[in-house]
This record gives sequence, structure tokens and C-alpha cells, in this order.
Amino acid sequence: MTHDATIDWIKPTPAGLYVAPGDFYIDPTRAVDRAVITHGHSDHARPGHRKILATRETLAIMEARYGADLLSERQALAYGELMTVNGVSVRLAPAGHILGSAQVVLEYGGRRVVVSGDYKRRPDATCASFEPQPCDVFVTEATFGLPVFRHPPDGEEIGKLLHSLKLFPERSHLVGVYPLGKCQRVIMLLRAAGYDAPIYLHGGVVSLYDLYRSHGVALGDLRLVANAAKADLAGAVVLAPPSALADRWSRRLVDPVTAMASGWMRVKQRAKQQGVELPLVISDHADWDELTATIAEVDAPNVWVTHGREEALVHLCKQQGRDARALAVVGFEEEGS
Amino acid sequence: MIRFARLLDSLIYSPSRNTKLRLLKDYFATTPDPARGYALAALTDGLEFRYVKSGLIRELVVGKVDPVLFELSYDFVGDLAETASLIWPAPAELPNNQSAPDVADVVETLQSASRGTAAKLLAGWFDRLDATGRWALIKLISGALRVGVSARLAKLALAEFGNIDVATIDELWHGLTPPYAALFAWLEQRGPRPVVDESVNFRPMMLAMPLEETELAGLNPSDFRAEWKWDGIRVQIIAKPGIRRLYSRTGDDIAAAFPNIVDALAFDAVLDGELLVRRADGEIGTFNDLQQRLNRKAVTVALSTDYPAFVRLYDILFHGREDLRSLPFSERRRRLEAWHGNVGAPVVTRFDLSPLIHFASWDGLRKRRIEDMPRSAEGLMLKRADSLYVAGRPKGPWFKWKREARTVDTVLMYAQRGHGKRSSFYSDFTFGCWRAGADGEAPQLVPVGKAYFGFTDEELARLDRWVRSHTVNSFGPVREVEPHLVVELAFDSVHRSTRHKSGLALRFPRVYRIRWDKPAAEADTLDALTRHIE
Repeated sequence: MTHDATIDWIKPTPAGLYVAPGDFYIDPTRAVDRAVITHGHSDHARPGHRKILATRETLAIMEARYGADLLSERQALAYGELMTVNGVSVRLAPAGHILGSAQVVLEYGGRRVVVSGDYKRRPDATCASFEPQPCDVFVTEATFGLPVFRHPPDGEEIGKLLHSLKLFPERSHLVGVYPLGKCQRVIMLLRAAGYDAPIYLHGGVVSLYDLYRSHGVALGDLRLVANAAKADLAGAVVLAPPSALADRWSRRLVDPVTAMASGWMRVKQRAKQQGVELPLVISDHADWDELTATIAEVDAPNVWVTHGREEALVHLCKQQGRDARALAVVGFEEEGS
Repeated sequence: MIRFARLLDSLIYSPSRNTKLRLLKDYFATTPDPARGYALAALTDGLEFRYVKSGLIRELVVGKVDPVLFELSYDFVGDLAETASLIWPAPAELPNNQSAPDVADVVETLQSASRGTAAKLLAGWFDRLDATGRWALIKLISGALRVGVSARLAKLALAEFGNIDVATIDELWHGLTPPYAALFAWLEQRGPRPVVDESVNFRPMMLAMPLEETELAGLNPSDFRAEWKWDGIRVQIIAKPGIRRLYSRTGDDIAAAFPNIVDALAFDAVLDGELLVRRADGEIGTFNDLQQRLNRKAVTVALSTDYPAFVRLYDILFHGREDLRSLPFSERRRRLEAWHGNVGAPVVTRFDLSPLIHFASWDGLRKRRIEDMPRSAEGLMLKRADSLYVAGRPKGPWFKWKREARTVDTVLMYAQRGHGKRSSFYSDFTFGCWRAGADGEAPQLVPVGKAYFGFTDEELARLDRWVRSHTVNSFGPVREVEPHLVVELAFDSVHRSTRHKSGLALRFPRVYRIRWDKPAAEADTLDALTRHIE
């Protein structure tokens, strides 16, 4: 494995990471001719490209989200399946972020570059687990790239929610969740902890659950808040997009305990500032330990950091003798992480 | 430590008082002695550790983690206790199956530790705790929990936990020490009521009901005695050989802030009075002058000389061992005057009597209230001549007849969401008054105060709609609104303040009327508000 002086066939451009010999972009932030999409979150999977390549699940998510707006010519690639685009070999490996999320493993001129997209390392019942790919260049996110971010075990966090339900059995427990990924993961964590009561959903998180079910994720008894009587919502778990927590919508709930499932909840001041009463540190992104362990595992001499708190991660990589730099890719959001 | 950490963690996120009470009761009920007793001591500011300062925490952390990573993290988090607790690199596995330290271990070990061993002990405990545990530990040892629980609230929770009146806790409190095992045993009906030397204890004070003027018609003036309601700090003085205590209304000993008063406590009595300060011009200072002295653990010579404190006496509860509380007010007053007449000069310079106001009819008294009220009084007290001294706020024997609230027309500037039931409503408001622009520039609004209550649910719903449709800017949970809505605020008094941009601070501001009709330009100016300063 060698340093990246010789690797100039992949580079950041204003539209996103561009693979020159293959003439395609990865997660481009503007409409392009050919795109490889790592996962279905809207800041990575934008509509308007002429051709897209992604996992079958990611394509299904994009179809569900964009409907008739998704005019792109679609090609599905299963995890591990190999294809060649103008001499660049392309393979997708599970990233463990959300259903269908993939790392893009590229090989060209004897060098391997892995664009990991967003990823996490801990098990998630709603998607395949991250598989480390040794490489020359590892392109990583750094959403939680500071050593203060260490996500506790999921079970502990769900335990907090269950404890609160016991303590306040007459209050609705409103949990802010990103609609794609986090929502379904929180449901599965509740089910795994033995919680089999109906879970109530805000209309904004409901659209994808048929899709998850059809991909074999058994979410149990889910109901719409809109159809529920107020009495049913006392002591119930209610999932809603973060934007709905403070919305007038929440007035139909019974004296709600406001919870939020996000890696940002690790910092108490930050949670308090958002008016969260019950912060749940549940993230779909790698924490500091996962980021550093992954870099050690793939043992890439070159680490490129796309977005987040790049500075600390670059500092650490350099101390380990890796050639590290921040790509400053714009356009990726951090809400609901 | 883990339970304690979980308690602090829940408290910090709970805006509602009832929720906090419930969390505290749950903790007392599920945590064994002596851990819960030390936790109670921490919540009531009863713990102190000499060697643990924030410098020590920082030193410890920087010795363990890369300084660049620490600075980047501190910069992002913004709080030392939290950064330290989050970044501490706890070992993956602990030798010899060490478990998390107990609150009691921490407190007892640290109280007898030297500075050198304190650092080592802390590092060991940090290793054995998770982040929230470390955060709670740092809070426990640095003396200020800052989790939104007052000592008062902790005692209330304790009273509810034991199903007794909080006054009983107050009576026992100052005779007890952490970890309060005997107290918990009694509250759980496993042991007798703790025996403390109650003669040195705070006695819950007798308080007055607000007077509705219409009530006067049914009251006979000759049954009552009147005196001014002085605007200072209500205190209870307990003095006997070897004992000198100065308690605030909530039963906190504030003697340390008023050494000159303590020096004068050379007598044997329990007295009730108002703590006041005198200004350089000989006038009695305002509540604001007095505040300079509060919340200080030690007081400078300059403060004592610039604002000499004294107590204006209302009542006598004990003289020597004799309990006078079951005598009628008129008789207690006679005993108070007799005591004061004989007590001697050194005491009298620090204690005077609150004069009784003579009156024959309610109209006559009303006239005096309007014409003669001193600036340092906030109204009148009416006490039945036959009233016994009883704890709490009984209806009938004592009334407070406060001066009219003052009001000011302000303009709504910012709104913030409330908590709990109000979490979807913009219910916390910031109001401003106009400051004249220099040289023909337009007048500017400057914030003068915040208010959270004084409106009905219907008005709140309307205010909420108004805020949502007149927002010009959002800063996190705060919305800036168009300066169009006039709200009349009521307040008790106004003071100079360096903490506010306007240079003024309102005491007890509340919404009095919402002036949907009034143009914002007609709201009051800062100058108009300044004229209310005493």
C-alpha cells in the first residue's frame, strides 16, 4: 500500500467526489450524468442524475422517496458483486449505516480506494453490518470525530426510555427520530428489549415502513397518531421527525416527555438547549472509537475526511504516520445524526 | 454513584418542579443508606472538599489525553466538567473486578484525603465510572451541582417521601448531619424521630395572607395592630451562650454574610425581624442594596462598612428558655419592647423595633399607607392583637397589605418555547422599552425583563399564534418577533443592574394586560421606567 501521491484518478470537485477514468461521481451534490449512491439519505441520494448505481435497497428507498421525480436510469449492484466501468472496478460492501447503505470499493491502476459513505460499526437489526476493506485510500466521514463522542451501548439507551415509561406511565413519550434509518432502528431496539405494545408514528415517519417490512424487517404493531384516541397516547411511545417535537402537532399528546435519539445527545448542554428532556444517544454514525478502530483496521496509508469534525481525526491520523487530509466536501447534513 | 449520576442526569433535563420532586422521591426510596444521605447533603450544599478545584480536574485530564484533542473537544463542548467526563479514556477492562465507587466511598474517602492523594483517588474513580458517572462525580466534589434543584426542593421531596410536613424537616434539619441515617430511618418508620437540640433550631416562620381590600369591611380595626412591611430579608435570630444563628425564611443560615450582626448576638432569645442595610446617607437601603450581601460565603470589610446591616424586630419567640409563641401578639410585643429596653447599647445599635402604627379606622390606615409609607417599606402588615405565633400561613390572624404593583407598557421582543405542557407554546417572553436615539436617530428597543406568567390559557394560545406569524428571526429555541405588540407588565420595583443592557432590572415582572390595541410607538421609554427607581 502506498501514499496517495500517485492516486490522482479520484478527486473532490464542486459536484462531489469524481472518479475520472470511470467518469462517474459518488454521492454527487448536484445533478450529474453518472452517479454511484452510497445510501438513501437525501443529502447523499439526490434526484436528477441521468444514471444511478446503488444497492437494490437504496434504489427502492429512492423510488419511495422521489416517486415519479426519479427519472434516472437505475442499475442495482448487490453487496460483493463486481462490475467494471471504463476500466475502474466497482464493488459495494455493507456500511452498516442504514438499510442498503454501502461502501464503494474502487480499484484502478493497482490501487484500491474505499469511499465509505456514512457508516457505523455496531450491530443494527435493520441493515447488514459494516465490512472493513483494506485499502490504499480510505475516505471517511467524521460526523462524530471528537474523542468526546463515544456512543454507549444501544441497549442502555433504550433502557432509559423504558425506565422513563415506568416512571411516568401517564405521559406520552415523544421520541425525535430521523425518518429513514433511525426510526426503524429505534423500533427494532424497543422490540428487542421486549417492548411489544403498539408504537405510534407521526405521518412524517410512516412512509418507509412498508418498504422495510418488504425487506424483512419486522417492526411489530405500528399505528398512526392521527388515528389514535388521546387516551391511547398516554404512556405510549410516539416517534416523530425532530422538526415535529416543538410543533403544534405535539399538542395532541398527553403531557409529553420529549426524547431525541441522536449521537449529539451525548453532550448534555446541547440536548438541554434543544429542550430535550430525555436524550438517547443512539446514532447511525461511527463514534470516535469506531472511526479510529476502522482506520486502524483498514490500515490505509492515506485517509481523506469528507465531512464533520475533520480536524481532530486528521490530527490523530498524522500522529499515526498516515497521510491525512480534510476534503471539505460540502452539502452533507448533520441533522438527526 | 451510578444511581446518583442517573438522578442528576434526569434532574438536569427536567424543567418541571413536579417531575423533579418525583425523581428525588424515587431516588430516596430506591437508594440505600448512606449513599442517599450524602446525595441529600450534596443537594442541600452540605458537602465541601478542600482540595478539589477545577484546576485539578483539568490537570488530570491533560495528563491522560492528547492536548490538541482535548482543546478541540473543550472548544466544541464548552464546559469543563462535561468535556472531562466525556473525554476521559477509561480502560476497557478493570483489574481485579473493581466496581464503580459508591457515593459514600467517594465522600468519606475524599474528606480525609490530602491534596496529593485526592488526584490519585479521582483518577481511579474516573476509570471505574461511565461518562455520566464521571460528570456527576465532578459535580459532587466541586460543590455546585447546578441541576436546577434548590435545597428547599430537596427538603420538600424528603418531606413528601416521608409523608410529613416540610416544617418538621426544617425543625430537625440543623441538628442533623450527613448521611442522615436516623432521619431516613424515621421517615421510613423504622426508627424513632431523631432527637436534636431543638432549642438552636430554626422555627418555621409565621407568614401573612395577602389582603383583599374588600375583606376590610368584615374586620374590626380595634382587633388589629399595624406596622410597615419592611422590604429586606425576613430573618430569625437564635442567640444563646455559644450559639449565634441567623436564618433566612427558608431556614438557611446566612450568618456568614453578616458578621457585624453575629457579633451583636450577645443575648439569650429567639427573635423575628427584617434584615436591612443602611446607606451612606443614613437612609435604609433597598432590597437591591441588600442583595449585594447575599449569596456570599464571606464578606469584605468594605461591604460591611458601606452597607452596615441591622435588624428591625417584629416579634419575640423565646426569651431564655421561655417559649412565648403561645402568647397573644400584643403580649409578645410588650415582652419584645421590654427586652429591647434592657438589652444594652451594643445590641441596640444592630437591632431596633419596627414601630407600631396607630390608627382608628381602616380609612385612616389607608390614608397613612398612601401618604406616609417609607421608601424602604413595601406595604403594611396587619396582625390580630390576639394572634399566637404559629408556623406557616394561616388564614385570618395576619394580613399583608402590599402597595399597588407598578406597571409599564413594554413591547414584546423575543419569545421562547416553554417546557412540559407548554413545550409547544411560545410562553417565555422578553420585553423591551424604547431608548431615545441620539441626534435624531430612531428610538431603539432594549430588553428590560422577562415574564412567563400573568396570562390565561386562551391568551397564551393567542400569543403563541401571534409569535408564530410575526417571527423575523430564529436563534435556536428563541424567536425574535416584529416589535408591534404592547404588553403591560406589572412589577414590584425596579433597580439599576449592570447585567442587563438597559441598565435596569425589574423585580417580579409579570404580564398584567396584553394591549392588542395599542401602537408599539406608544410603549414606555427607559426614562419613564427609570423614574420608578427607589
